[in-house]
Amino acid sequence: MITVEKLEKTYGGAAPVLKGVDLHVERGEVVCLCGASGSGKSTMLRCINLLETADGGRILLDGKEITGRRSHKEVDRIRQRVGMVFQHFNLFPHMTAAQNIALGPIRLKKTTKAEARKEAYELLAKVGLAGKEESYPRQLSGGQQQRVAIARSLAMHPECILFDEPTSALDPEMVGEVLGVMKLLAAEGMTMIIVTHEMGFARGVADQICFLDQGVIIERGAPNEVLDHPKSERTQVFLSKVLQ
Amino acid sequence: MHSNAVSVISDAMPLLLKGLWWTAALSALSIAFATVIGVIVGLMRISGNIVVRGISTVYVNVFRCTPLLVQILFLYFGLPELLNFSWSPEVAGVATLSLNIGAYVGEVVRGGVQAIGRGQTEAGRAIGLSRGLTMRLVVLPQAFRQVIPSYINQCTICVKDSSLLSVIGVAELTMRGESIYSANFQAFPILAAMGALYFVVNYVLTLASRIVERRVSIA
Ligand SMILES: Nc1ncnc2c1ncn2[C@@H]1O[C@H](COP(=O)(O)OP(=O)(O)OP(=O)(O)O)[C@@H](O)[C@H]1O
Ligand SMILES: [Mg+2]
Repeated sequence: MITVEKLEKTYGGAAPVLKGVDLHVERGEVVCLCGASGSGKSTMLRCINLLETADGGRILLDGKEITGRRSHKEVDRIRQRVGMVFQHFNLFPHMTAAQNIALGPIRLKKTTKAEARKEAYELLAKVGLAGKEESYPRQLSGGQQQRVAIARSLAMHPECILFDEPTSALDPEMVGEVLGVMKLLAAEGMTMIIVTHEMGFARGVADQICFLDQGVIIERGAPNEVLDHPKSERTQVFLSKVLQ
Repeated sequence: MHSNAVSVISDAMPLLLKGLWWTAALSALSIAFATVIGVIVGLMRISGNIVVRGISTVYVNVFRCTPLLVQILFLYFGLPELLNFSWSPEVAGVATLSLNIGAYVGEVVRGGVQAIGRGQTEAGRAIGLSRGLTMRLVVLPQAFRQVIPSYINQCTICVKDSSLLSVIGVAELTMRGESIYSANFQAFPILAAMGALYFVVNYVLTLASRIVERRVSIA
């Protein structure tokens, strides 16, 4: 479904952030991406969503290259197929929860306002927020906002969703509700790439865990392999820090 | 003296109100044009295209760094001489005020847009909205709420600055007042009445701004 080949990225004149990353994600697969701060995890997701342009290598979506020169229209269409959930939610503060969710379908999918609204209500119920449809983001807790953000992404019926540390900005007691929604999506067969430091969650839902270190993936495999028998020393050090 | 002042003012009031009407009409027109100019220029100022950015920067700086009075004289006397045409003082006046206030509104718009975090743009782009749609549906509505106070401030400046149009013979409030007291030698009551009329218009604008601000901050 998503194939990343030798992805390279450098910001301005600085040292390269990604130095040839390879990743293959099957349809319905859940990949957790871990690694120290600054290792390039966000950059990698942003490249896949074309929020950043890759400097080298290719990214393929369903076997078709999406990197390289593309018209704005093409890029917008690709972004509709690849959802993104941000660490800081980035909900639109001037719109209610339902409006946040319905905006994309109304503007981009020829959905009528009534249909989009109905679906927004259904999606909010799905993420456990029935009754909060007409609340504005600032009237919601962090965990609730992040669930609205997930629903907003789902409304575009993406083929996969990228999560960039979706629970890092949350108070501990709200982490569970967001992870719960993500587990539900995993169970439904949604393809997901998740940057997270929640190792318990990763062990539970990931088909594949990848460790990114200084711009390359230094370890990858099934959760119990990677988490219980890490081969590289850096992974061991990282894990001992996160798991303690 | 007291009752005299009252009768002087009430005698002058019909003419002053006519002047006020012109002041209000020309200001309203200028503000309308300045708003359009300001939005366009504000967005040009943050464009990725260096030529577009350059043009808008030059425009803003020219109008911010020269006196409005000189701009008025230039557009009414200078430009027609150069290009060999003529226009009425009212049209030249509205054009100058629009361009002048537009430059300032442009800066207000630019600041408002830039104050909206990058995360908002990215969230819009991530669902697949184009640059233009993201700007229109996500960024501008938020920027709009932020800039209301400074925008209304520019509107009051426009109303006050329109008094300068008296120098090219626009029969707005200041010019009417001047012609009245130079005939009846009652400068104090007439100027006081003129000031009061300007004050009322701008004070109402300021109040309106506060109401609009409160309205939209609910959202
Ligand atoms: N827009 C940018 N311009 C310049 N440098 C950037 C930019 N974004 C990221 N970087 C740099 O690239 C490197 C990798 O950043 P990235 O955000 O991808 O790391 P990360 O693994 O997501 O880290 P974190 O866990 O802190 O989120 C960092 O050194 C960062 O300073
Ligand atoms: Mg990051």
